[in-house]
Amino acid sequence: MSGLQIDKLSMRFDLPNGSSVQALKDVTIDLKAGELLSVLGPSGCGKTTLLNIVAGFLAPTEGVITLNGHTVHGPAAERGMVFQQGALFEWMSVRENVGFGPSMKGMPKAEKSKIVDHLLDVVGLQDFKDKAVYELSGGMQQRVALARCLANEPDVILMDEPLGALDALTREKMQGLVLKLWKETGKTIILITHSVEEALLLGERLIVMAPRPGRIHTEYRLPFAEMGVGQDLREVKKHPKFAETREEILGMIWDMEEEIMGRTEEA
Amino acid sequence: MSLFRELWAELLAVLSTLLSAAPYIVGYVLLILLMMVIWGGIKKFLTPKKDYGSLKTVTFGDESAVTSNTAASVISIVLIFVLWGAFTGSKLLPGFIHAPGPFVGEGEFNYTITTPAGESDDATVSVVVAPLGEDVTVPAVEPGDGIAKNDAVAIASYRNELLRVDSNDEMGRGEDTFVTAVNGQAIVPGGSVDVAFGRVAMSDKGTLNIIPDTGMQMEPIWLPSPEAVWSRLGEIATVGYRNSTLAEHLGFSLFRVIVGFVLGALVGIPLGYAMGLSNWFRGWFDPIVEFMRPVPPLALIPLVIIWAGIGEVGKIILLFLAALWIMAIAARSGVSGVRISKVHAAYSLGASKWQIMRYVIIPNSLPEIFTGARVAMGVCWGTVVAAELVAAEKGAGMMIMVASKFQSTDIVLMGIILIGIIGFSIDMLMRQAEKWLVPWKGKG
Repeated sequence: MSGLQIDKLSMRFDLPNGSSVQALKDVTIDLKAGELLSVLGPSGCGKTTLLNIVAGFLAPTEGVITLNGHTVHGPAAERGMVFQQGALFEWMSVRENVGFGPSMKGMPKAEKSKIVDHLLDVVGLQDFKDKAVYELSGGMQQRVALARCLANEPDVILMDEPLGALDALTREKMQGLVLKLWKETGKTIILITHSVEEALLLGERLIVMAPRPGRIHTEYRLPFAEMGVGQDLREVKKHPKFAETREEILGMIWDMEEEIMGRTEEA
Repeated sequence: MSLFRELWAELLAVLSTLLSAAPYIVGYVLLILLMMVIWGGIKKFLTPKKDYGSLKTVTFGDESAVTSNTAASVISIVLIFVLWGAFTGSKLLPGFIHAPGPFVGEGEFNYTITTPAGESDDATVSVVVAPLGEDVTVPAVEPGDGIAKNDAVAIASYRNELLRVDSNDEMGRGEDTFVTAVNGQAIVPGGSVDVAFGRVAMSDKGTLNIIPDTGMQMEPIWLPSPEAVWSRLGEIATVGYRNSTLAEHLGFSLFRVIVGFVLGALVGIPLGYAMGLSNWFRGWFDPIVEFMRPVPPLALIPLVIIWAGIGEVGKIILLFLAALWIMAIAARSGVSGVRISKVHAAYSLGASKWQIMRYVIIPNSLPEIFTGARVAMGVCWGTVVAAELVAAEKGAGMMIMVASKFQSTDIVLMGIILIGIIGFSIDMLMRQAEKWLVPWKGKG
């Protein structure tokens, strides 16, 4: 069985004071190979916990994750991750960062530099390959992070708010790049974001999560990612259905936030 | 309670000393402000700079607008040497800058004795004051007539001389005849009279104490002139001091520091890594490290001397201990400071534990380790000098300690300046090395 199956995943954290927090409850997602899923939700809904479990950094209290038929256990190169920021190795040049995965596998130099050069071309950083990563802008650094992840040929790419710290213009350009990479490489991607627009643009499928306990609230299947591959993302945003869905989801998240506020005030 | 009274008395003594220094401190501050005004005036005549900073209208309170003024630094250092020279009568400076020096040359005063019968007579005392360290002969003088006879005395500058002027007179103390006036001014035991070359005081027993003016310059035994220190540097560099040349003294000190530091780092860094990576090691060594860190290495000197003697081994053990805790703590915080996202990223890129250690944790901890190394080198240098002060055969600290016992202030000063220069150079070298080896410091 190919693809990524998340089956009845639950996660409970025990707090030092004896109580416990249900971060995730019965989360089930069936992702086919090559699908692009974005996960959206208010803070505290467990979306980062979900991603950390899929990546293998956390073991769930209940539930199983299956990738291409085998059960996931601990981190591995088949599930690459792109972090929000600060996960690049600043003691390495851009080229060394991108080549990190292949180096760890002990890939011969010539083969490795071919992959690195190709990916730097794809993300448009060929001229910066010998620079130190801290000399690059935030957007360029995230492009390095994308290339570094792709260089390892993972089956699934997990993105934890990769564009969250970028300014609006850079962010828009990067969204285009993510779509392009998804289409060209055909990778399965899970993208976590707190921007509704980004979730709509980059989600072939979209899951809205609700907090306390973290669970799946609503699921969408959207045409915008497919549309965005061919044309300007700003055109996609003008689509009437886009605005309609955005308002619907925003209302949903507003309600959740208000419910949390109310509950906190009662307590 | 008596302790508090004692401490209070000490505090008052300190404050009164400070108060007596206050005029000099105020004078120095005025000098700084004067130089600032003068430099401001000079700068107006130079081409004005039109950089971004000069266009700022708000500079007071803007931290980035305050940079070190190079001119002020240069003037400040030059001024230290000028003041030093001025108050030691340095020959490198023109005479008019010198502070008033001690009286040197010939002078005289006369004194009056009065007999019990009420008779009185005058006699003259010729005084020759010679520069310190020069031999001088007492001039021959005619005794003159009357019951009081003329005297002569030779004194080295900065010194004074008790002179029984009546010892050659026809009537003296034995005959109840006493000196009653100097230069016509009445004098009693415990009093004094100002004369042209200084002061003449009378002791409780009636002996005259001739005190030539000492001026405002420092006696070489307290503060030698810059050229004296410089020539002593040349002498010790070539001839040596206490059976070793200067290079040997400094070389031994540096050798101890480097060996002690390297050993401390070799043990301390792995220890810090173990503490940063394992709960068990962290728990095991935390109490030891946290206790040993605040113990000043100098406090260990007596114990190290008891255990290992005053040879090289003892000193290197001391410096090893001084560097060990600092390096261990630096390495520990370097490891703990690694961002979890970097480690996660490396794991999901397929790195093994060993590869994470080699490619993520070690490079990530290097900036912290370099900072620790800089601190450790500074502490080691301070500790080695102090340890040599206590006991050593060779070394910078031993050199100045022995010199101080012989009042060779020039060697002490020279040693202190060299110790300062070496300490400063070590820090500069470490900073340079940091720039070359860990350019990513603070960029994560």
